[in-house]
Amino acid sequence: MKLTTPQFLSRVGFSAFAAILGALFALPLIWFIFAPFNARAEMGLALPDPFTFSNFETVFGNSLAIHALLNSLIEGVGAVIVVGIAATLAAYALSRSSIPGKGAVTYILLLFSSVVSGSAAMVPIFLIVSALGLIDTQVAVILVFAGGLLPTAMFILRDFIDGIPKSYEESAMVAGASPVQAFFDVALPVIRPGIVVVVVWAFVNVWGGFLIPFILLRSSEQMPASVAIYSFYSEAGTPIVTLLAAYSLIYSLPVIALYLFVSWRFGFRFFGGIKA
Amino acid sequence: MASVEFRSVTKSFGSFTAVDHVDLSIGDGEFVCLLGPSGCGKTTSLRMIAGLETPSSGQILIGGDDVTGLHPKDRQISMVFQDYALYPHMNIADNIAYPLKVRGESQEKRHARAQEVAGVLKIGDLLSRLPSQISGGQQQRTSLARALVYPSRVYLFDEPLSNLDAKLRLEARGFLNHLQRDMGMTAIYVTHDQAEAMALATRIAVMDRGRIVQYAPPIEIYRRPATTFVANFVGNPPMNLVPVTARAEGDSVRLSADGVTLAPLPLSAGLKAALAAGPTLTLGVRPEHLSVTEEADNSIGGKLFANENMGPESLVTMERPDASRVTARIFTDDHVEVGETVRFGFAPEHVTLFDGAGTRIPRDGEAGL
Amino acid sequence: MKQFSLLSRRAAALFLTPAGLLVAVFVLLPFFWVIVVSFTNRTLLGVTAVHPDFVGLQNYIRLFNPSTFFTRGQFGSSLIITTQFVLLSALIGQALLGLLLAWLMQAIPPALKRAVEAAVIGAWILPEVVIGFAWFAFLDYDNGTLNMILTALGLPRGDFLLQQPFWVIVIFNTWRGAAFSMMLFNSAFSSIPPSYFQAADVAGASSFQKFRDIALPLIRGHVVTDLILITMWTFNVFTPFLLTHGGPAYRTELLSIYNYRVAFKDFEFGQGSAVGVIIMLINLVLALIYLSIGRRRSKAEREAAAS
Repeated sequence: MKLTTPQFLSRVGFSAFAAILGALFALPLIWFIFAPFNARAEMGLALPDPFTFSNFETVFGNSLAIHALLNSLIEGVGAVIVVGIAATLAAYALSRSSIPGKGAVTYILLLFSSVVSGSAAMVPIFLIVSALGLIDTQVAVILVFAGGLLPTAMFILRDFIDGIPKSYEESAMVAGASPVQAFFDVALPVIRPGIVVVVVWAFVNVWGGFLIPFILLRSSEQMPASVAIYSFYSEAGTPIVTLLAAYSLIYSLPVIALYLFVSWRFGFRFFGGIKA
Repeated sequence: MASVEFRSVTKSFGSFTAVDHVDLSIGDGEFVCLLGPSGCGKTTSLRMIAGLETPSSGQILIGGDDVTGLHPKDRQISMVFQDYALYPHMNIADNIAYPLKVRGESQEKRHARAQEVAGVLKIGDLLSRLPSQISGGQQQRTSLARALVYPSRVYLFDEPLSNLDAKLRLEARGFLNHLQRDMGMTAIYVTHDQAEAMALATRIAVMDRGRIVQYAPPIEIYRRPATTFVANFVGNPPMNLVPVTARAEGDSVRLSADGVTLAPLPLSAGLKAALAAGPTLTLGVRPEHLSVTEEADNSIGGKLFANENMGPESLVTMERPDASRVTARIFTDDHVEVGETVRFGFAPEHVTLFDGAGTRIPRDGEAGL
Repeated sequence: MKQFSLLSRRAAALFLTPAGLLVAVFVLLPFFWVIVVSFTNRTLLGVTAVHPDFVGLQNYIRLFNPSTFFTRGQFGSSLIITTQFVLLSALIGQALLGLLLAWLMQAIPPALKRAVEAAVIGAWILPEVVIGFAWFAFLDYDNGTLNMILTALGLPRGDFLLQQPFWVIVIFNTWRGAAFSMMLFNSAFSSIPPSYFQAADVAGASSFQKFRDIALPLIRGHVVTDLILITMWTFNVFTPFLLTHGGPAYRTELLSIYNYRVAFKDFEFGQGSAVGVIIMLINLVLALIYLSIGRRRSKAEREAAAS
């Protein structure tokens, strides 16, 4: 296609403007690309000289830091299992059964889940967890996150299952399968992509979550990486910048990897619509 | 194989009655097509035989056993779905063999049997592919293979050919016809395509608004449509229907309409009964029974509106003075020009008459009609 | 007769139980419990931790006490800060910037588009503590990247977290959340058939005219969805705490941070619950607006599809 001169100029103008905006967005993050590989990194932007992995060695030698990553993993995987199973079962029931009031249930759950935010409900959540005797446990963090993420997870999965023809299960049953067989042999494998998306979304939310573990966990043996990073740079006087930069990068990698995985596998608009 | 029977079956969804007190009896080894426009209740009827819908009232029997409340898995039936319902995560062999898997057959036996059925359906070399990797026609045959892989009492088909292109559809139709006669299977087949029903069925049940309007062999449906609805639904193009006014004159009846001349008909018992309800009748003639004529007797006149050449024959449509249209199927050699005034002639024995309510008036000597 | 369905009601009830229990205990129960606690003088420690007294509306009266309402670090001041924060960073910042970015994305080369998207989305997907630390470093007075650039440009350096903390969190939140609006508008724009714009090109419309006359009217529904969602999220956001702790001198103390301070620094659970109830009431209004618009739209879509 041939462009006229004014069209060409406006095209160039658009590109230049977009490039400047992109640069402004990248600016606060550029430091993160260099500092982890710089043994003498400070708060300022500087090219690593020499380029080194020594910061990462320091992090892997720090048992507290590694333990916190492990805690994040436990919380993330735990929530993924709970949300994955509970949301799949519930969404399947909401989509495929004839129980009355299915529409209302989804509507009310969605309403409550947006009203009861962590910011609004931190006190009662703390009190309920204490009443259950679960303060300072990973189980509490897992369950609280699961409860909060479930309504949205159920909503997304229900939508997904509604889009799958019922003829899959119907043909299985006509062919002689029991409802249980039809669910495990046919429905579950077909729903799997939807479950993967929901579960990844849940993991990213829990892995990155700060407020819930921050108020529910007291001891440093329990705290996940998010709380650890926060306490490293806010409470420890002058932060050890080199260690923090490398640690933050390690902590961010799973999120970046999962994001790339989902956008490669399912297109990122899908993922974009459901981060909350 | 087994017979199927509906006893006063009704199915309502809320205030909508999809199937309305239907009685239907399908013999062992018959191929019955449920034919009708969308929303007529044909698919709901089929799904009730499968057990995928429960009748609101009435009974369904398979092989003489009441199966009304039975789960689909316990009915020993097969069904081919409109969208094929092939499991995307299983290869073709596993798809075909799935009914055997839930029956607890060994892996070895399953694959041998899948291989055998796939061979018959000429998809034997696709067994390791996934459904997304084969063509629509092959998917259709895979779903057929899955229905044939285990012994069933009844085979159900829910518009199985509607997703195929015209050429493949003809091919598959011929194959199904052969297969059913060969196996002697009891088949119940839902379609909205009258040509498909004519080609396949031993009997057709024409449905309209939840009721069966006519249940008869294809040729009977074609020759003696029970109502104007059936006349209009079966045949391509459908039967021409012209409203006429009837007047009894002694022993004969004179029918008249704008541009129509018709020799008086003998006043049969059926005509007499119909006239008692009112003088307005409907005259029906099939397009192939019309020909271009010069004679005034037994003909319909009008201005030629369109001439569509279909090769050896042509469809010619005239517009009558009241703007209604009549189509004739003629030899292309009979040359007519759009715009000229023409007459379509017919033989009196090819005329079908319907009463004011649209029900066919029987001729003298037709038993039981 | 028992109706056939793919899942019997008994099985469905069983399937719903785990999710139902979790949501009941950790979503529904907190909703009601926070209301109950807000009428008591419950604390974290001491006698009232075990045996709280019913104090009626006292917590609410204290929040709305006119003599201290507008004082820094009090409820009214926090409410005003939050309102300004939502208006500036979400409704103006994120929505407008997102719209601008999405529109630019339609007209730039794919490679540049991917690069800009990576930066914008990166700001959005990275964990909040990492973002908090990144900005902490970025704004550092002595060595921070921002001051480094300002010095290089010959401009005076500033200790922004001390001097302009409110504007810092406004810009911070705009930066953090613009990606969502961008992606939403991006998908809205790409759902418009290209022939609409080509027809306008043939008619001789400029870029701005195409935006104003074709794109904007067609994505109006998306704009409403976007505005309500980002308002709800920004209203409840806790992330600025990681950058400023609500300070200095309570100047960035959003309601969420105020609630945290009252409940978990001052240990006044009753008082904190009252704040929580008010946040929930505002959330409820926003959510009802959102759901009713969503329902009306899906109803309109159904009717359009049926006609």
